[in-house]
Amino acid sequence: MGKQPIIILRDVHKHFGHVHALRGVDLDVYPGEVVVVIGPSGSGKSTMLRCINRLETIDQGYIEVDGIPLDQAKNINKVRAEIGMVFQLFNLFPHLTALENVMLAQRVVRKRSPEEAEAKARELLARVGIPEKANSYPAQLSGGQQQRVAIARALAMDPKIMLFDEPTSALDPEMIKEVLDVMLDLAREGMTMVVVSHEMGFAKAAADRIVFMDEGQIVEETTPEELFTAPKHPRTQEFLSKILH
Amino acid sequence: MTVREGTRPKSVGGALVDWLAEVPWWVVIIIVLITLFVGRILASSQERELYWKALQFVTACPQGQETCAVWDRIGVMLTLKATVVGYALALVLGLIGGLFRVSKNPVTYAISTLYVEVVRGIPLLVIIMYAGYVITPALRDATNQQVDLRGFPSAVLGLAFGYGAYLAEVFRAGIESIPKGQMEAARSLGMSYPQAMRYVILPQAIRVILPPLGNNFIAMLKDSSLISVIALPDLLQQGRLFVSRTFRAFEGYNTVALLYLLMTLILSIIVRLIERKSALPGRL
Repeated sequence: MGKQPIIILRDVHKHFGHVHALRGVDLDVYPGEVVVVIGPSGSGKSTMLRCINRLETIDQGYIEVDGIPLDQAKNINKVRAEIGMVFQLFNLFPHLTALENVMLAQRVVRKRSPEEAEAKARELLARVGIPEKANSYPAQLSGGQQQRVAIARALAMDPKIMLFDEPTSALDPEMIKEVLDVMLDLAREGMTMVVVSHEMGFAKAAADRIVFMDEGQIVEETTPEELFTAPKHPRTQEFLSKILH
Repeated sequence: MTVREGTRPKSVGGALVDWLAEVPWWVVIIIVLITLFVGRILASSQERELYWKALQFVTACPQGQETCAVWDRIGVMLTLKATVVGYALALVLGLIGGLFRVSKNPVTYAISTLYVEVVRGIPLLVIIMYAGYVITPALRDATNQQVDLRGFPSAVLGLAFGYGAYLAEVFRAGIESIPKGQMEAARSLGMSYPQAMRYVILPQAIRVILPPLGNNFIAMLKDSSLISVIALPDLLQQGRLFVSRTFRAFEGYNTVALLYLLMTLILSIIVRLIERKSALPGRL
């Protein structure tokens, strides 16, 4: 890629009480790259992701996003506005319609005019395939539709990076595809993405790199082809044999 | 089928039984009782005169005035004014107290917790007497009579200060009832903590706490009768005045109780309507 990494993690440690959740994580993500993070539950995947936009603070180590060291960031809100995040449980704002969900941060953080924010929101809802749901409240949408609104909401900020924290694990099987399709489109358009997911189909189709985590460490970093044909680490092999049936 | 909160499940007894079950019988019973009561009063000219006089006492003009605007009347109107103004102030205090109670700042947390615990541990009656007989004279002395809270201001401040502590806990509980993911989603979009509170957390929390806020408003209307102890001519005080002038305790306190009941009933109907209107579509 030849460019500077847009996300840099160096020797990142994180404790939750007595649990040592991250034990020295190093990771570089380059602009335009799609990195899929896999690993057993409790391996620290989500924690690592949440450290990248400082939803979790770290105990030791160094994180830099888009050239800004997070521990020195004077305005974390500015950094976060450049990082879109999609959550497992969508976390849409239930008191706002789909359209208002996508508009809110544009208005409040980006200070866009109502007309501009609405135009952008409608464009994004069309892009994720649900323009007709603009005036629906989250509780009136299916899980897949909610997650697509959540993606539109994150994209409305024109982020440089998108983080996905198990975006399809709370969805019924028939809704997973509609969300993955949106993510695939994003990947093709060159969005920098870090995706915690066990959707191996997505990993195969879109990932430039797959990162396998176990017990708070990155155990193996490899391309999708290599991972599925010849995983090096025994723990990776064991994990793959479990999830690939 | 799903059963909505606050309504009975449908019975198997057919349409008539269903219809009978839907009637708000408690309202019907109250209306019947009041009608019987008023009917009895109207039947006797002596009773009529007494209750008419009691009514005049509790809707009188301030002492020494023959006529006055409706707004300036004492008794019922003073009770309403003290409740509305006191509650508005208590809401502000409660909101600030509640926000402080959930803040990570140890100073604001300590201040609000101190306020809540101290005020909740002292009877409202004592707080109102403090406001009227301790704080107000002390302020007057300290400021050379410049700040004079005697009368209505001191009563309202006492009520608001006391209720603010309860409302702070209501706000705290409401804010804490909103899932953590909401704050995270707002912050991940680049919103500041105050922005996330204002646009994401509080609008949801308010809907959650509407019932307790309504209950507290109604409770405050009743507790406003406590301001009569610092000599404010509210509904209760005017009722007592009527009783001491006429020695008719039965008629006097009947009037007072009935008027309080009417006001709280109307309020609780209004609160129900507001709750229904603010419910979000698509959820139970």
